[in-house]
Amino acid sequence: MDQARIDEILDGYGCEESSLLAILQDIQAEANWLPRAALTRVAERVGVTLSHLYRLATFFEAFHLEPRGDHIWTVCMGTACHVRGALLLQEKLERDMAVDGRGNTSDMEHTVEAVNCVGACALGPLVIVDGGYHGNMTSVKLDRVYKDFDITPQVGAVEE
Amino acid sequence: MTRIASAEQLEVVRREIVGRRDPDRAAIAICAGTGCIAYGSNDLFAAFQDASSELGIEVDVRMTGCHGFCERGPLVVVYPEKIFYQRVKPKDVAEILSKTVAGGEVIERLCYVDPVTGERYTHEEEVPFYKHQKRLILGNNGRIDPTKIEDYLGIGGYGALGKALSMGSDAVLKEVMDARLRGRGGGGFEAGWKWKFCKEASGARKYILCNADEGDPGAFMDRSILEGNPHSVIEGMIIGALAIGGTDGFIYVRNEYPLAVQRLGIALDQAREWGLLGEDILGSGLDFDIRINRGGGAFVCGESTALMLSIEGQVGEPRAKHIHTAESGLWDSPTNLNNVETWANVPGIVSHGADWFQSMGTEGSTGTKIFSLVGKVNNTGLVEVPMGISLRDIVEKIGGGVPSGTFKAVQTGGPSGGCLPEAELDLPVDFDELTTKGSMMGSGGMIVMDETTCMVDFAKYFTNFLRFESCGKCMTCRDGLKRMHQILDRITEGKGSLADLDLIVELGETITEASLCALGGTAANPVLSTLTYFRDEYAAHIDEGTCPAKVCKELITFTIDNDKCTGCTLCAKRCPTGAIAGEKKGPHTVDQDRCIKCRVCFEACPTKWAAVEIN
Repeated sequence: MDQARIDEILDGYGCEESSLLAILQDIQAEANWLPRAALTRVAERVGVTLSHLYRLATFFEAFHLEPRGDHIWTVCMGTACHVRGALLLQEKLERDMAVDGRGNTSDMEHTVEAVNCVGACALGPLVIVDGGYHGNMTSVKLDRVYKDFDITPQVGAVEE
Repeated sequence: MTRIASAEQLEVVRREIVGRRDPDRAAIAICAGTGCIAYGSNDLFAAFQDASSELGIEVDVRMTGCHGFCERGPLVVVYPEKIFYQRVKPKDVAEILSKTVAGGEVIERLCYVDPVTGERYTHEEEVPFYKHQKRLILGNNGRIDPTKIEDYLGIGGYGALGKALSMGSDAVLKEVMDARLRGRGGGGFEAGWKWKFCKEASGARKYILCNADEGDPGAFMDRSILEGNPHSVIEGMIIGALAIGGTDGFIYVRNEYPLAVQRLGIALDQAREWGLLGEDILGSGLDFDIRINRGGGAFVCGESTALMLSIEGQVGEPRAKHIHTAESGLWDSPTNLNNVETWANVPGIVSHGADWFQSMGTEGSTGTKIFSLVGKVNNTGLVEVPMGISLRDIVEKIGGGVPSGTFKAVQTGGPSGGCLPEAELDLPVDFDELTTKGSMMGSGGMIVMDETTCMVDFAKYFTNFLRFESCGKCMTCRDGLKRMHQILDRITEGKGSLADLDLIVELGETITEASLCALGGTAANPVLSTLTYFRDEYAAHIDEGTCPAKVCKELITFTIDNDKCTGCTLCAKRCPTGAIAGEKKGPHTVDQDRCIKCRVCFEACPTKWAAVEIN
C-alpha cells in the first residue's frame, strides 16, 4: 500500500486521534493487514507514538499485524453456531488447507480465522468466504464450496 | 429535497408522501435482513423486477428491513392482502406475480406449514411465530425500505421528534421517566434517570451515545434494528439530545455488521439533508449531529467507560465509576449512553405517552423486549414480546419447540447470563425475575439447547470466550478465567475430580466479587448456573468418564453398526485420516487409534442408513 493512499485515508479523517480505529480499519480493508510502514505513517501524521498504535492493534481483535491470504475463510463462533458444531468446521478447514499457526496456507492463498459472532444466528453454523455468507454448513457442504477454490479435502491416511 | 423548516412543514410533507401512495396497490415486500440476503433475497428482488416488466404486471417491489423469521427466509409478503410466503426462490417469482398478484390466488406450497400441527397459514399475523409477539419495534421493519427516509416518514416517522420539540425538554424527560423504560443493553437501569443525571450535569458539550457494539454472541436484535429501521434509532437519539441538552452524538457500531454501518450511514445523510439532523433541526434552534464509530471487535467495549475510551481512540479498558459517565464520560464531558433497542423505544413513548408504554409488560419491567431466539429451536429468529411472558411461551409457542423434541436448557444473557432448565421455564421474562434464578436478561440472546448440547462444554465455551475478551486489567478476571477454563477443559477430557467442582465455585465467586466491570462481575454465571442445574452432567464426566450429550471428544467414540451399514463407502471416502476400512457393499469399521472424532463420517452417512453411531 503506497504512502499516498495512506495519506488520503488520513486526510479523510482529518488526522484525528478519535478516528484512529477507523483509519486502521480502512487501511486494513485495503492492505488486508497492518504493515509496519503504514502504522509508522499513521503515528507520524496523527501525532501518537507507534507503541500506542501497536497497543490498539493488539487490543482489538479485528486487526492483523501479519499478512493474510488472498481468500479469507471466517468461521462464526457465536453461541448458536457453537451448539451446532462450528468448532468442527474450523478444524476441518484448518486440516484441509493445512494452515500454519497463523491460519495461513503456505502459498498465502487462504487464511482461516474465527469471529466471535456476526449476528446471523439463524444460518448457523456459518462460514464466511471473502465476505459471502454460507449458512447451515456441514462438512459435506463445505466440500462443495471448496470446488470454487480448487481445494481438495484431506482424505485417507495421514503420513506421520 | 429541500430542508424541512418546521414541525408543521414535516406534517405537510408526510401527508404528501402518504397521499401519493395507494394502499390498495399491489406490492411485494422482500426481507433484506442479513439472513434473507444470505439466502438470496437480492436475486429475488432482481427476479421480481425482471418478471414484472416481462409479464406486464404492475407492482411495487421493495426490499424491507428484517422480518425476524430468519429460519424461513427468504421471506416475501404480497400486499395489499399481506400474503406471507417463505423460502421463496427466483423460480417461484413468475408464479407469484401471475397467480397471487394478478389473480389473487394463494400458492399453497409457499405458505408456512406448522411442522408440529401440520396447519397451513396464509397471512403473516396468523403464523404462530408472529401471533404471540408484540412487535412495537420490529413490526415496522417489514413496512419500510430502510434506505428510504420517505418510507419512515410515511409510517409516522419523526412525528415524535416534532411532538417532542413542541413539548419542550423537561416534558420529554418526564415522559421517559414516567414510562420507566429500562436499558435494553442488559444493565436494566432506567433510561429516564440516566438522562436526568446527564441533563443536570454541567458542561459546555454533552454527548449522546448509542451502544451498537452488540458483542453478545448469539444476539442480533440491534443489528436487525439498525439494518431494518435505522431512522428509529436516530430519531430516539435526537429526542434524547433535546431532553438532555446533548450537542454531539456517536453511534458505536460493530465493524462485523457491514450492512448496518452502510444503512446507518445512508440514514444519517438523509436525515441531515431533510433538516432533521445537524444545525437548527426543524427550525427549532436545536443543533445536534451524529457520527458513526466502528468498533474493533472487542467485547469489553460494550461496557460504557470502555466504549467511550474506544471512541477517543484509546484502548478500551473499563475504569472505576466513582464519577458517573453522566457527569464525566467521553472527553471528560457529561455523556449519556443507551443501547440501540432503548433508543428505538423512545419515539413510541413520546408519540403515545408513558401510560401507553407502562400498560405493556410487568410493574418492574415495562414495554417489550426483543430476543434472538436461536440454537436448537424450530423457529429461529427475532422475537419481540411483552415483558412478563414466560420463557415457555417464547420457546414453545413462538419458537415452535425443539426439533428433536427434548428440551434441555435455555440460556439468556449471553456470556453474562445463565442456563435455566425445564423446571424454570415458567419464569416470566423480567429484568428482576431472571436474576433471582442465576441468569439475567442481558441484551436479549436466547439460546435453546437440546440433549445433544453438553452443558460442561457450553460453560467452557463461554469461559473460553471471556478469557480472550477480558481486557486484563483485573487479575481475578484475567487469570481467574484462564484457570476456570483449564479446570473445565480438564473435566471435558475426563480428567477432572469432584474437588474441581468446589474449586470452580470458589473461583467463580472470587471473580464475581473482585472484578471491576460487569464482564468479570458476571463471567462466572454460565459456569455457576450450569453447575447448579446440571451437576449430574459434570459428575458423569468426572465419575464415569462419559459425556451424556456425546460432545466431548475425549469421552466419545465413533463406531459403525454393521447391521445398518450398506457398504456405500461414503464415510470411508471422506474420512480425513483413513480410519475407516471396509469393502464396497460390505460392513465398515472405524480404527479407533486413527479416528480424530471430526464427525465427518457421521455427517456423510446418509440419514436413511444412519449407521455411524456416537457412543
